[in-house]
Amino acid sequence: MSLVEIKGLDVGYVRHRAVTPAVIGLDLSVGESEVVAIVGESGSGKTSTANAIIGLLPANGRITAGSAIVDGIETAGARERTLRKLRGSVVGLIPQDPMVGLNPTKRIGAQVTEAIKLRGGTDSALDFLSQAGVPDPELRAHQYPHELSGGLRQRALIAIALAGRPKLIIADEPTSALDVTVQKRILDHLSGLVREQGISLLIITHDLAVAADRADRVIVMQGGRKIEEGDPATILRNPQDQYTRQLIAAAPRLAHAGRVVPRFDVRGEDVPDSVLTLTDVSKTFSISDQRRGRRGFNALDKVSVRVPRGRTHALVGESGCGKTTTLRIALGLESATSGSVVLDGTEISNLSWNQVRPLRRKAQLVHQDPFATLDPKFTIGQSITEPLVSFKIGNRKSRQARALELLDQVALPASYLDRLPSELSGGQRQRVAIARALALEPELLMLDEPVSALDVLVQEQILQLLADLQKNLGLSYLFVSHDLAVVAEISHTVSVMSEGKVVEEGPVAEVFTNPQSEYTQELIDAIPGRRVDAS
Amino acid sequence: MTRYVIGRVLQAVVVLWAAYTLTFAILYLLPSDPMELQLAAAGLQLDSLTPEQVEAGKAQFGLDQSIGAQYWHHLWAAVQGDFGISLTQQVPVTDLIGQRIGQTLLLSASAAAVALVAGSTLAYVATFARWNPLRTFLTRLPALGASFPQFFIALFLIQFFSFQLGWFPATGTEGASSLVMPVLTISVLNSSILAQVLIKSFDETLSQAYITTARAKGLSRSAVHLRHAFRNAVLPAMTILGVIVGLTVTSAIVVETVFTREGVGKLAQEAVLSQDVPVVLAVVTIAAALFVVVNLIVDLLYPLLDPRISHTRDKVTPPEVVAV
Repeated sequence: MSLVEIKGLDVGYVRHRAVTPAVIGLDLSVGESEVVAIVGESGSGKTSTANAIIGLLPANGRITAGSAIVDGIETAGARERTLRKLRGSVVGLIPQDPMVGLNPTKRIGAQVTEAIKLRGGTDSALDFLSQAGVPDPELRAHQYPHELSGGLRQRALIAIALAGRPKLIIADEPTSALDVTVQKRILDHLSGLVREQGISLLIITHDLAVAADRADRVIVMQGGRKIEEGDPATILRNPQDQYTRQLIAAAPRLAHAGRVVPRFDVRGEDVPDSVLTLTDVSKTFSISDQRRGRRGFNALDKVSVRVPRGRTHALVGESGCGKTTTLRIALGLESATSGSVVLDGTEISNLSWNQVRPLRRKAQLVHQDPFATLDPKFTIGQSITEPLVSFKIGNRKSRQARALELLDQVALPASYLDRLPSELSGGQRQRVAIARALALEPELLMLDEPVSALDVLVQEQILQLLADLQKNLGLSYLFVSHDLAVVAEISHTVSVMSEGKVVEEGPVAEVFTNPQSEYTQELIDAIPGRRVDAS
Repeated sequence: MTRYVIGRVLQAVVVLWAAYTLTFAILYLLPSDPMELQLAAAGLQLDSLTPEQVEAGKAQFGLDQSIGAQYWHHLWAAVQGDFGISLTQQVPVTDLIGQRIGQTLLLSASAAAVALVAGSTLAYVATFARWNPLRTFLTRLPALGASFPQFFIALFLIQFFSFQLGWFPATGTEGASSLVMPVLTISVLNSSILAQVLIKSFDETLSQAYITTARAKGLSRSAVHLRHAFRNAVLPAMTILGVIVGLTVTSAIVVETVFTREGVGKLAQEAVLSQDVPVVLAVVTIAAALFVVVNLIVDLLYPLLDPRISHTRDKVTPPEVVAV
């Protein structure tokens, strides 16, 4: 008998007395020491499945049919008391976002100890912290979550899951909020741990590449149903379902077995003149901490970046590398400590806010999070025309016409003009954000991780839209991303940044296929999807 | 830490000074003549005095000086604890307040304590309850409590507990039993406000990811509620404490009038009616001081309860430099 045995499971959410199904007729089993991955986009029912297994469905969630037997105990219709016995000691959970997964007012050590005490254990929290790969566990155990980086917090959460000595660990998108290299290290570590200790692992992910790299068996879900199941090699090489094929096609790194294959090769071509040139830009923040007192922190150290006209230049690096600071300085939102910033022939580094303002028409920003970038009380039309209003361009009628034109450019129907952001999906909102950025006919779009919050298929559509717009309108892009596979899809040239410095730059075709710096190589190695060659 | 405390204390002093100054300015702008009020208290008419007598009187009370000079004179005296002489009663304001402040402080403190206990208990139970009808009922109760006017609650209590049941005296300041109904009257409103804020805060906290982490450990609902949700839910609600204490002062005016208690609230009400400027000024200043002190205490408590709040104010956290 398997550890988890799910048969014909239906899960639904009760809203206004109607049940919205989230999982439909699911069969699933997880054996002892087996690693299983459920892959799907948002709304596919993968998280509901995981929650049903650990008995943590939200208050309005119901198992409406079928059975889910975990370690011999039926969870469908079980009482809270029964479910509690499963949690922690049979099934451990590693939640999605490490930044919010720990209680901010409790010390790390206490949070781990709590899990040990619940199963009546007397072991030390430090053991589990060091098992989870937390360096210097004595120090970390005494700290609060906000004093730890995202990667360390994720390791603390792994320690909490391990502390219950479970038979199964459910990892819900365990690393999607982390940097690629951290992601790789944590997943490597977790895989090693479960293998060593014979724990079963259920990975919930939107990333087919991560699933294929780590799992013995992959299950693809869409719209609450299981549509495909098999070992990773079979699924990637011989997908039976149309949707699985789409997922593979949308993930370029899978198609090329983890190798990045750049779309554009501009080696040996003439370089067009620059829209934006940053020369030797440095930025120093003053910080003070309790141990070392007040000191300067070099966020940027002599960074030089050039965005050629009509092309895409990417800034790549992990959080804290200075790519966002570079973007803010290029936009004139932050002033550089030294160095020069030239936007379309004008030096802006020593201009005042009012002097920079007219130049803002030339460079516009598209934000990372499509859910936070639109004013929820503005209609789509109001959002798109706001830049025109603030620069007093045209009248009501001409703005309306321009808004329709812009919606057409980003492939949204004209009827969306009067809708509110809450009625739109993530991908549609990002289209609106792009339309708004285009309203003033800028030369340059600054794109700050524009697709990282989106599902794989939507990601691909937005990248295609950006490529089309560039071709039709002659736009230049400064594209900030941590995802090398995405960068390879859209960029001509790239700067790889680390700790405030540019460590490598050049055409993507050159840098990604023949990296000169160790750091670039490390980033490329961290891209998931190398275990199975799908082609 | 020391720098943080000194900074907050200085801020509190500035707020207090601003409250005094603003009140002084407003009261000065009122169309009343202090001379006339004092004479009326002595049973005289302003018309019955010769211009020389009026001038002499004005000089005696410093009323012939410029507004600026008067302001500095009064401010300096107030700093030393001297709020002048009541215009209508001809006794030092400090004595008037001194006789009554004990009553009012006792009333305010008891009301605040009852509101604190009742409000948090209600919020705790309302968010812990699993039976939906009870949950809905408890969640909506505070809105009801906050919408009754205080004088109405006071009259209702008098009618029921004094006249019908005869449990508590309807008026007066004597004994602990006279305190029960005034305290109840004030704490209905205050506990409702506190409960409303806390319930919202609890609901928000309970939807956080770290609560899921806690439940996934296998903790019971009550352990999750008490050990993980409570402290985090209380943090955003702490700001309301200052408001609640401020409210007990305003409430004291209504309640002491209705229950005819000899307190500062009733004194303030009478002083406003008779335009007794020094008394009003003193009461407002003392109320502001109370308010400022409570808020100061709340501010100083925050870092003890929330480890994320640090005392160095200009600290810029660097972007995450350390990866694992």
